[in-house]
Amino acid sequence: MCLGIPGKIVAIDASSGLRMCKMDFGGVIREACIESLPDARIGDFTIVHAGYALNILSEEEANETLDLLRQISDVDEELNSQGM
Amino acid sequence: MQFTREFRDSDLVKGMLAKIRRSVTRPWVLMEICGGQTHSIMRYGLDQLLPEEIELVHGPGCPVCVTPLEQIDRALDIASRPDVIFASFGDMLRVPGSVQDLFSIRARGGQVKVVYAPLDAVRIAQENPDKQVVFFAIGFETTAPANAVAILQAQALGVKNFSVLVSQVRVPPAMHAILGAPQNRVQGFLAAGHVCTVMGYWEYEPIAAQYQTPIVVTGFEPLDLVYGIQMTVEQLERGTCEVQNAYPRVVTRDGNRAAQSMIARVFKPVDRAWRGIGVIPQSGWGLSDAFAEFDAEKRFDVSHIQTREAQECIAGKILQGLAKPPQCPAFGVRCTPENPLGAPMVSSEGACSAFYRYARQ
Repeated sequence: MCLGIPGKIVAIDASSGLRMCKMDFGGVIREACIESLPDARIGDFTIVHAGYALNILSEEEANETLDLLRQISDVDEELNSQGM
Repeated sequence: MQFTREFRDSDLVKGMLAKIRRSVTRPWVLMEICGGQTHSIMRYGLDQLLPEEIELVHGPGCPVCVTPLEQIDRALDIASRPDVIFASFGDMLRVPGSVQDLFSIRARGGQVKVVYAPLDAVRIAQENPDKQVVFFAIGFETTAPANAVAILQAQALGVKNFSVLVSQVRVPPAMHAILGAPQNRVQGFLAAGHVCTVMGYWEYEPIAAQYQTPIVVTGFEPLDLVYGIQMTVEQLERGTCEVQNAYPRVVTRDGNRAAQSMIARVFKPVDRAWRGIGVIPQSGWGLSDAFAEFDAEKRFDVSHIQTREAQECIAGKILQGLAKPPQCPAFGVRCTPENPLGAPMVSSEGACSAFYRYARQ
């Protein structure tokens, strides 16, 4: 349910009465509503669902998760079991 | 940081799978609530890479699938009217009603428009002042803010020819229904990451405690999924039942409070019927009294609807994790994505469509 795509805010415009933005999804620019993200700024990444931005993504948390997974995963064992 | 590509690292996925293999000592049944996760799991073949002790069952998190037949038939009735432009997310168009679907209405000249965002439907209403524009506001908590903002914007701009047919549902009551059922097999939940993006995960803490069931907030990339599964399995092996977050780059415990207050302004909790499952108390949202003027069920007379469900379809069992699609005699024979008997074969989040698309038997 509820597919959400990360995009990067490249322009903000509130002239319609709603906080709207232009969002860059890997080179494709689309409009999204950031009404529920009062602190969102240009350069922030957000998850967008049905044209609505749900939250600002945390690069720090992303890196922490990746570091943790590198530590806890059994990459070596997996590679050994494949005879590599 | 792209926030997606990094979480598809195949060495790390394999390493996490090896870790799961090493820690599992007996069979466990996990349910991923979200149909988007079902599709990710099958697309990346994770169901086939996990140790055989881990059984994944697929949950009801497919909004298109659980939208009740009465509501689909009301949509079809409204969409057939000559003065109406009916706007909907694309997935709904092929969902079978009692006798037809939105595609067949469009083929006969009905004005059915696919929109990507609910706000687009408000724009269509502004551009077509001589038509009634009705938006099919379906979805789980993830879609509620997008639906709510469209209604608020229509009110703010005084768009009188816009209304919504609402079928909003919520995850926590469905988890209660699944875990409280006498035939329940689910021992651990992967909670839907984007629902939690809006709602946070504080609501799940009493559920985990009441049913002694671990719940892990999980994302959609292969590494997110194996991380969520690993955390759940570890808890099951340890005998703990906490709510944990395997998707912290996106989800916080509180969720998006601004979005939650917007939802609370526009909607109020109501009992909702789930297709194939039945009524779950307080499991949905309906328009709050202040927005009753935007209710399409009040604007159009749809009280005469008589529904008739396809007899052979076992969607209800599939949505509750009690059966797998290949157990249905119609699967892939009389029910295909081109000619579906039930909604789970249509939706990009339906379990039947995932099994069909990725050729699981």
